[in-house]
Amino acid sequence: MMKYALRRLAAAAMLLIIVIFVTFGLFMAVPADPARLSCGKYCDEEMKARIRHAMEIDIPLTDQYYRFMKGLVVDRTYRANTDAEVKCEAPCLGYSFRTDESVTEIIKRSAPVTFSIALGASLIWLTGGVLIGMLSALRKGTWIDKIVQSFALFGASLQIYLVGWVLLLFLVIKWDILKMPTYTSPFENPIEWMKGLALPWLTLAFLSMASYARLTRAGMIETLSEDYIRTARSNGLSKKRIQFKHTLRAAITPIITIFGLDLGGLLGGAVITESTFGLRGIGSTALESVRELDLPLIIGTVIFSAFFIIMANLIVDLLYAVLDPKVRIAS
Amino acid sequence: MSFLQVKDLSIKFPVEAGIVHAVNGVSFNLEEGKSLGIVGESGSGKSVTSLAIMGLLKDSSARVSGEIILDGDNLTAFSEEQMRQIRSTKLAMVFQDSLAALHPFFQIGKQIAEVYRYKTGCSKAVAKARAIEMLDLVGIPEPQKRFADYPHQFSGGMRQRAIIAMALVCNPKLLIADEPTTALDVTVQAQILELLQKVQKEFGTSIILITHDLGVVSEFVDDVLVMYAGRAVEIGSVKQVISTPQHPYTAGLLASIPDLNSDVANFTFIKGTPPNMLKLAQGCSFAPRCDYQSKVGAQCFDSLPELLQSENAQHVRCHLVQSGQKVSR
Repeated sequence: MMKYALRRLAAAAMLLIIVIFVTFGLFMAVPADPARLSCGKYCDEEMKARIRHAMEIDIPLTDQYYRFMKGLVVDRTYRANTDAEVKCEAPCLGYSFRTDESVTEIIKRSAPVTFSIALGASLIWLTGGVLIGMLSALRKGTWIDKIVQSFALFGASLQIYLVGWVLLLFLVIKWDILKMPTYTSPFENPIEWMKGLALPWLTLAFLSMASYARLTRAGMIETLSEDYIRTARSNGLSKKRIQFKHTLRAAITPIITIFGLDLGGLLGGAVITESTFGLRGIGSTALESVRELDLPLIIGTVIFSAFFIIMANLIVDLLYAVLDPKVRIAS
Repeated sequence: MSFLQVKDLSIKFPVEAGIVHAVNGVSFNLEEGKSLGIVGESGSGKSVTSLAIMGLLKDSSARVSGEIILDGDNLTAFSEEQMRQIRSTKLAMVFQDSLAALHPFFQIGKQIAEVYRYKTGCSKAVAKARAIEMLDLVGIPEPQKRFADYPHQFSGGMRQRAIIAMALVCNPKLLIADEPTTALDVTVQAQILELLQKVQKEFGTSIILITHDLGVVSEFVDDVLVMYAGRAVEIGSVKQVISTPQHPYTAGLLASIPDLNSDVANFTFIKGTPPNMLKLAQGCSFAPRCDYQSKVGAQCFDSLPELLQSENAQHVRCHLVQSGQKVSR
């Protein structure tokens, strides 16, 4: 097991290095000249050269990559627009000349927003989706099941920007039940944190819950027809025990896997949710960096997202070995 | 009164195309501590009969009629909840595909202990000790160590033993084994049958063994019931049925067991296929495949023969026998 975990960890690290390399290469392949972009209206060659030098893009690509990688582990210094030296602490993801800030600082500021949205929403949709799916599977064919199924289809076909705005219109503006989405640090004021994020949580959870309910329903129904469930019945175990212990245990395994991947993807930025509700998380930061061609920030956010997706994959793989005894032994 | 009495059991499954007549008026008795083999090909209704006895059809769309009386209780009148309470403690079942029949995510020992603990309300430690005792009883080596193994870590024979241990953990009086040896190789088959025999002797458990293999039955059970198209076609003591089969179908089944001592690689088989259970013919279901129907004539197709006692004490459902003729061997 240990060996398997280490092997997977090494593979994940390799993958991350490759992702950084490719992202870095793409950045350089972009036809836009970063120096020209941050130079302003009256710009001559000399100024551009100076900016290029400050951005450290006048040196060979391999050297830039080397410095960037080194910056991930040791502090490095940039000369900012003002020509003053700016220290960028490790892990340094580059320096945004647009906002005159280190990329790490920007990410540090927006990550808690994204994490808050992702954790709250995923918790709601996982518990809600699994419970609804179970109910639907155990009442298969009844009106409850039919409602759940239409809800699942409905939820799976809707989009955040529509549901979000509809909920915003009614829950916040018309009925005044929820607060306008804002972010307050949960360490400062947990109640405000929950109030401020309730709407994004509900919106995001509502849509994902639908597909989780469907997955759970399908998994439960499939498991209920397994031979080992018949064995449990023939052993005279109670219905509840069979449903909640024997059936759910088998049906939940693939759902946990998908949940891990979904959560990993979301931690790297909930682009649509954040921009719909005007929250400054990783997703909206990334979107903005693309709009403004803030190349160091694009690299930074892409790497940040990639990190979470790779980590989620790693954790899911390891978790699967824990959840499924067959994988555990084979590895 | 017999320990288990099945009277006129009929089981129908409504499907889109109509109604499948899986079992049609089957009756048999089983005495305490005795064993009965139910033999027939796929679709003859033998497995469904056992599911009906276990009450496992109660939550399904199946329509069960007739009476199943176990130890004085009429199980057909029992609710699912009442059935649940006597499962494991009064009657238990062993299923054929041992890998599918055990939960893949739980340790084998724990699965056995769970049943015991749930049924007796004992402590975890007692249940574990009981599970280890049962694993030992069915011949699992190092039961203490193997307790924590998962089903896929056991061989097929060991899994089947574990399933038998699980079925026996609460000392049921009736054990139904549905093709317990089908997926196993021949030497392991013999071991499992010996184990069942040992259980029958030591605990006085009544056993119903369901199989398509008359060879398995002949060495193991006291009585045998041969089923065809959801009906009992021949019932009697295993000795009589094997030595002097009266029904052409039983005779055909016995003749199709290959003779290992003969040099000629010549397989005998029953021609034709089993009937469509959606619409049963009014006559004998076996008539279209029967070698002897020409000796009897139209009667075979016109009327259903009754299950009557023949001269050899076994009961046979056949016009040929009832017209005083015999199958030739």
